Amino acid sequence: MIVPKKIYYRVALALLVLFILTIAVAFVHLGPFNVYIAVTIAVIKATLVVLYFMHVRYHTRLTWIFASAGFLWLIILFVLTLADYATRS
Amino acid sequence: MSKHDSELAHQFEDMAQQKEAATLGMWAFLITEVLFFGGLFTAYIVFRTEFPAAFASASHHLDVVMGGINTGVLLGSSLTMALAVHAAQEGNRKSTLAFMTFTLVLGLTFLIIKGFEYQHKFADNLFPGANFVSHGAEPGHEQLFFVLYFMMTGVHAAHMIVGILLLLIIMGMTAKGKFTATYHSPVENFGLYWHFVDIVWIFLYPLLYLIDVTGRAQ
Repeated sequence: MIVPKKIYYRVALALLVLFILTIAVAFVHLGPFNVYIAVTIAVIKATLVVLYFMHVRYHTRLTWIFASAGFLWLIILFVLTLADYATRS
Repeated sequence: MSKHDSELAHQFEDMAQQKEAATLGMWAFLITEVLFFGGLFTAYIVFRTEFPAAFASASHHLDVVMGGINTGVLLGSSLTMALAVHAAQEGNRKSTLAFMTFTLVLGLTFLIIKGFEYQHKFADNLFPGANFVSHGAEPGHEQLFFVLYFMMTGVHAAHMIVGILLLLIIMGMTAKGKFTATYHSPVENFGLYWHFVDIVWIFLYPLLYLIDVTGRAQ
């Protein structure tokens, strides 16, 4: 299917708002929460790009599985590495 | 022989199957790309957790404004690329080429701004190595931040350069009339690549430029 242009404009606007929010939050001192908020916003932005610009939302379930697999392995990479580093005394 | 038959490779049942195979193949490649950058992000997480103060003071040397402009430039290029794919799906060659040209210009703008940033870092002796000079409390660990900065943004910039070369090829193919409303997988797959490179930058900008912004000396 062809995704309507209107959706692309809306997603781009959402990305712009989230980008401005990222910068605004960075200028507020929140200690360690600054990075958590920044990464959370980045994950939301990435998800929007994957679902709409990269059409995963409109593709078959098989495509959905392929797209998720990469990020699943990435999480495994992070979790197993940190299971070591975060627990060293 | 109908037009569809000529666009359909003989190993596929129909156009839909051929298209899904092309999309899945591209995603399989992008999975390897996710893990390729994943290694660098893992190193980043480990060292930032280990040396938070050094990462903060080293990050203060980065230009929030230039990095921010580049974030906006890439966001814009993702939109123009999505619109180029949209035009290709409609079989509108002129509009496809116009949006690809916008994407090309934005991609080059990103690299030019990145080039100026690198130039400033070299001038300030912040490139890791024998000439590295830092005025912070932990010069060694700050140097580690810049190793990651140059590796991550460098590999990202390399992807941008490859992307621009691929875009030029796809533009040439579009101009020659190789794509139609029913067959334009190379345009769609290039779009997937371009958006992926944008996603990497979505993470690089806050992780490298926006550490402890409030702690910057005014």
